[in-house]
Amino acid sequence: MEMQPIKFYQTATFTVGNRLLGEHERSVQANMRRTNSLNSGHRACQGCGEALGARYAIDAAMRASDSQLAAVNATGCLEVFSTPYPETSWQIPWIHSLFGNAAAVASGVAAAMRVKGQEDVRVIAQGGDGGTTDIGFGCLSGMFERNDDVLYICYDNEAYMNTGVQRSSATPPAARTATTAAVGTAPGNVFGTGKNVPLIAMAHCIPYVATASVANLRDLEFKVTKAMPIRGSRYIHIHVPCPLGWGSAPADTIKVARLAVESGLFPLFEAEHGEFVNSTKIRRKVPVDEYLSLQKRFAHLFAKPVDSTRIALIQAIADHNVKRFELLG
Amino acid sequence: MDKPFAITLDVGSSLANKTGSWRTLRPVYLDRLPPCNHACPAGENIQSWLYHAESGDYAAAWRTLTLDNPLPAVMGRVCYHPCETACNRGQLDEAVGINSVERFLGDQALKRGWKFAPPPAESGKRVLVVGAGPSGLSAAYHLRRLGHRVKIIEAGPLAGGMMRFGIPKYRLPREVLDAEIKRILDLGVELELKRKVTDILATMREGSFDAAFLAVGAHIAKRAYIPAGSAARMLDAVSVLRSMEGDEKPLLGRRVVVYGGGNTALDVARTAKRLGASESIIVYRRTRERMPAHDFEVEEALQEGVLIKWLSTIKNMADEGTLTVEKMQLDEKGFPQPTGEFETLEADSLVLALGQDVDLSLLDKVPGLIIEDGVVKVGPNMMTGYPGLFAGGDMVPSERTVTVGIGHGKKAARHIDAWLSGKTYAPPPKHEVAEYDKLNTWYYADASKTVRPTLSLARRTSTFEEVVKGLDETNALFEARRCLSCGNCFECDNCYGVCPDNAVIKLGPGKRFEFNYDFCKGCGLCVSECPCGAIKMIPETI
Amino acid sequence: MLKQTEGSHAVAEAIARCRPEVICAYPITPQTHIVEGLGEMVKTNELANCEFINVESEFAAMSVAIGASAAGARTYTATASQGLLFMAEAVYNAAGLGLPIVMTIGNRAIGAPINIWNDHSDSMSMRDAGWIQLYAETNQEALDLHIQAFRLAEELSCPVMVCVDGFILTHAYDRVDVPEQEQVDAYLPPFVPRQALDPAQPVSIGAMVGPEAFMEVRYLAHHKQLRALGLIPQLSDEFKRHFGRSSGGLLRTYRTEDADTIVVALGSVNGTIQEVVDEMRAEGSRIGSVSICSFRPFPLDAAREALGRAKRVVVIEKSLAVGLGGHLSDGVRKSLSGIVLNGYTVIAGLGGRPITRNSLHQLFRDAEQDELEQVTFLDLNADLVAYELAREAQARTTGPTAEAILRRVGTVASQIA
Repeated sequence: MEMQPIKFYQTATFTVGNRLLGEHERSVQANMRRTNSLNSGHRACQGCGEALGARYAIDAAMRASDSQLAAVNATGCLEVFSTPYPETSWQIPWIHSLFGNAAAVASGVAAAMRVKGQEDVRVIAQGGDGGTTDIGFGCLSGMFERNDDVLYICYDNEAYMNTGVQRSSATPPAARTATTAAVGTAPGNVFGTGKNVPLIAMAHCIPYVATASVANLRDLEFKVTKAMPIRGSRYIHIHVPCPLGWGSAPADTIKVARLAVESGLFPLFEAEHGEFVNSTKIRRKVPVDEYLSLQKRFAHLFAKPVDSTRIALIQAIADHNVKRFELLG
Repeated sequence: MDKPFAITLDVGSSLANKTGSWRTLRPVYLDRLPPCNHACPAGENIQSWLYHAESGDYAAAWRTLTLDNPLPAVMGRVCYHPCETACNRGQLDEAVGINSVERFLGDQALKRGWKFAPPPAESGKRVLVVGAGPSGLSAAYHLRRLGHRVKIIEAGPLAGGMMRFGIPKYRLPREVLDAEIKRILDLGVELELKRKVTDILATMREGSFDAAFLAVGAHIAKRAYIPAGSAARMLDAVSVLRSMEGDEKPLLGRRVVVYGGGNTALDVARTAKRLGASESIIVYRRTRERMPAHDFEVEEALQEGVLIKWLSTIKNMADEGTLTVEKMQLDEKGFPQPTGEFETLEADSLVLALGQDVDLSLLDKVPGLIIEDGVVKVGPNMMTGYPGLFAGGDMVPSERTVTVGIGHGKKAARHIDAWLSGKTYAPPPKHEVAEYDKLNTWYYADASKTVRPTLSLARRTSTFEEVVKGLDETNALFEARRCLSCGNCFECDNCYGVCPDNAVIKLGPGKRFEFNYDFCKGCGLCVSECPCGAIKMIPETI
Repeated sequence: MLKQTEGSHAVAEAIARCRPEVICAYPITPQTHIVEGLGEMVKTNELANCEFINVESEFAAMSVAIGASAAGARTYTATASQGLLFMAEAVYNAAGLGLPIVMTIGNRAIGAPINIWNDHSDSMSMRDAGWIQLYAETNQEALDLHIQAFRLAEELSCPVMVCVDGFILTHAYDRVDVPEQEQVDAYLPPFVPRQALDPAQPVSIGAMVGPEAFMEVRYLAHHKQLRALGLIPQLSDEFKRHFGRSSGGLLRTYRTEDADTIVVALGSVNGTIQEVVDEMRAEGSRIGSVSICSFRPFPLDAAREALGRAKRVVVIEKSLAVGLGGHLSDGVRKSLSGIVLNGYTVIAGLGGRPITRNSLHQLFRDAEQDELEQVTFLDLNADLVAYELAREAQARTTGPTAEAILRRVGTVASQIA
């Protein structure tokens, strides 16, 4: 099943809402009665992509599950800025245990719901890239392998942001982080390293794997909505810019996320049981420079003289994605 | 639930943390002036009526439109749409077909017999309007809606001015014109035809008018010194076009030459074709780029077989109809200079379309007026040097189009209304214009302009049937929806959706949004992602 | 019902009677037979309404348990040694969140060097994590304590660790009385969680607590353990009323009323100690022993009461506080605060080294003569140690210690006395 874009209605389905469309054709976010699962008063930075991504995903999940939902959160930005005693911004049942065990705790919650005859209560595990691709990887793989009935959502801001922007296995090549400084002969993160967890998730042949971005709300909501009723392990990997860690302007968060998608660096696709089934096409392709130049973590590539070799390598990654995931046409 | 201390927290507790205190900039909603509104000489609130049209509420759209302009069906056919030139969408793909939608709305109103709302109260004042052209009709309409008693005195046999006697039928069918004029008169406007006012002050006294608006237009054809034999058939465009309204069509012969480069020249040349001329040639002293006529009209004319001789001036006309034409070339400043090369051109008639002058005789006895370059100067309140005597349209300094005339009529009406009660009308200050760089055009669906269907060429040149057809409902709706709503919130919900702090309050359909300043951190995402530029950041006061 | 069965299996049956709802299991010697038994019972539906999850590590096991318990399910897991360390972060987390998980520790030594045999190093490593720690003396007590553990955990909202000596208890075949389902149901009501993940009453569990409230949170955890000091004997009494035998409680004394020398120990070694006490009493010694069941909370008052009138206390430790001495000794020492008597720490049985009656007999005799060091390693091969120390003193790169000792010791079989 593919998302059906609405034919021309001024802003069609590009905007959050559209007064010319029926309410059921608008996004969950457009609804005045949306859950606001992550409510105001949280301590995220201005323009935080993760705060946005979390509300998008969980509101959609709440709607899809008729508000029968419990969430398990790994340690990280999302957890820390949302639940500093005495304030919590979560409106839903929520638990935080440790950094690396969100997937396992969620498996436990799902098992408990099953045994107590409350299978209609669905379980979501969520964590950042650090808690998912690195320290939480073992538990994630275990959850996938057992096909536990959990939707795992990874908010990927490409580094350990909460502890001060250190490199993770999701950090892209050439990016400056606190542990991959932009100095020396190979500034920034090393090329040829890194982990593609969506592909690894696919290798576990779980029922559903998808990537999404905060720049494409409808696509994100569609994927969450599609994932929710499926029983078994599901994985959604959402790209969320971090203005602080990426060195981009807070007001540019969605723009940067959009450029990541439109350049091909962050492909949007879906897979079922290990087979690639669909990709969301690029609307207006741009060269990677447009994306990279908005972020200070890549500023060293543009300092005189411009590091065209590395930029070309990054472009090659984007081009490869375009081909592999059929992002054009 | 017996929650363990500090480890487990109640929902809603974060609302105690007013993160609004983090801000150094705050977002505010504002309305910016759409460039189309800004460019419209009639001051139409285009974005506003397109907004209604988008949702299919054509009646509301028409009512909004006619608050400023009473003649949409006409304008949808003859306006040169500076709005479309200014339209921001033109920088995205192509300008919105505002003119087409206006015509659609105008035609819908005529089809469904929509009427104007009568004035809420009578003021007891009487205003005289001289001239039933677009400017006069517009002024009469607005004055009437403001509750004044209006009488129009028109020298010609029919109302309409240049709309009737200058613009050919194939551009403006007379049924449409008649219907829209009648609708204005139905509001209770008096019209006296076939009476030329020669002494305005006397006429005002006789009719006990408290003020007057003059819109006599410019109907005197300008002449050039072209030596001609006594039998040479040399006419002027104004009288040619005027005579098209009567039963006797002008005899122009098989070869017609039109001298001039304005829209009138084109109107005559195309009319000549329809009257059966085998050759209809325009002679113009400069080039196509410099031609004052609108290019689409040039294009249509060329398609219809009108020929154009560029960079040429006419030196004389012999009895047998031979014209001596001198070739010109443009100097560095763009002015045409004679080359000394001549050629001849055969013509059965030569029509001069060299511009028009105003008949100012009715103002002879009026003191205090300033007349320059053949037109009457007026102040920003459209009043002449004589108190109570207002003027507009082609008889005052202005760009000479129907739309400008209509705009003058509206503006003058407002000032007259104020003047009649001893006040001055101060228009509210304009908002800043919604420039293209304020928009986030990513959010608009890709949609190029609907092209209005045109009559096939063969049919076009043989009849006076309307050449350019209108849009039907589906493509008018489509066209309206291409509007970007520059600078005016159209409730796309982007700000509501894009705020990471849930600090935008949605007030409900039609009620737009409000910022929750208790929690807004001032990140500016709302501004970045507002498609139409209706939000801006201002510094926070400490 | 009386049965002759393996210790692990008895524990499994006891657990099954407790109607656990989620069991998560990762294999590690010597607890594995427990979860294998439970797994089979779930598969045959003998244990119904239970989710049995094969997790991918001990860290996952405790994490799954945390999730299940937080969602309101009665949850059980088991581990030992390396596995307990691997889940250490989660062990602290479970206690911090106040989740009533019951876990069996099949006590086993911690490497390096890797060793699968019994000692108390593993549970000792987690003694301050906030869990209640109960030590079983016999196979019967091992299975009984689990039933009490669920009740205790759920009443306090605190996780409970039941420590069962690896191999000695887990793999021994013994005669035990496995309770009937009705008996257990009468003692252990269905789990009513203090807090749970419930869409009808959403809460956020696991907030970040800063300096302004952390002391209080920890005090409350401390207070909870102090409350357990009252609850544990209470539940043990109730158990006796329901099941007809003494089991659990804070500690048990054996012939201490007039003892000059009292031996203190945890777990199965108490059986051997009691036999030696009987032998020495027959010879005229005034000696007794105390078997401590609740190591956490440590029964300071009860221990003081039991030990305060003796002349000397000998603490047998199956774990080593490296560089310091013993763990049990600390609690004993503290309970005797203000009372002057001789206290001896004896490190014995590490890595499964057998603790023989003869060795103990000799040891206690020396103790009666006050001829013991502060810290003694029971049955240490002094020659071997001396040799190794000399060897290491010769050069820097002497290779791994353990392997060198093994080479010297020869085959294991030849060492069994």
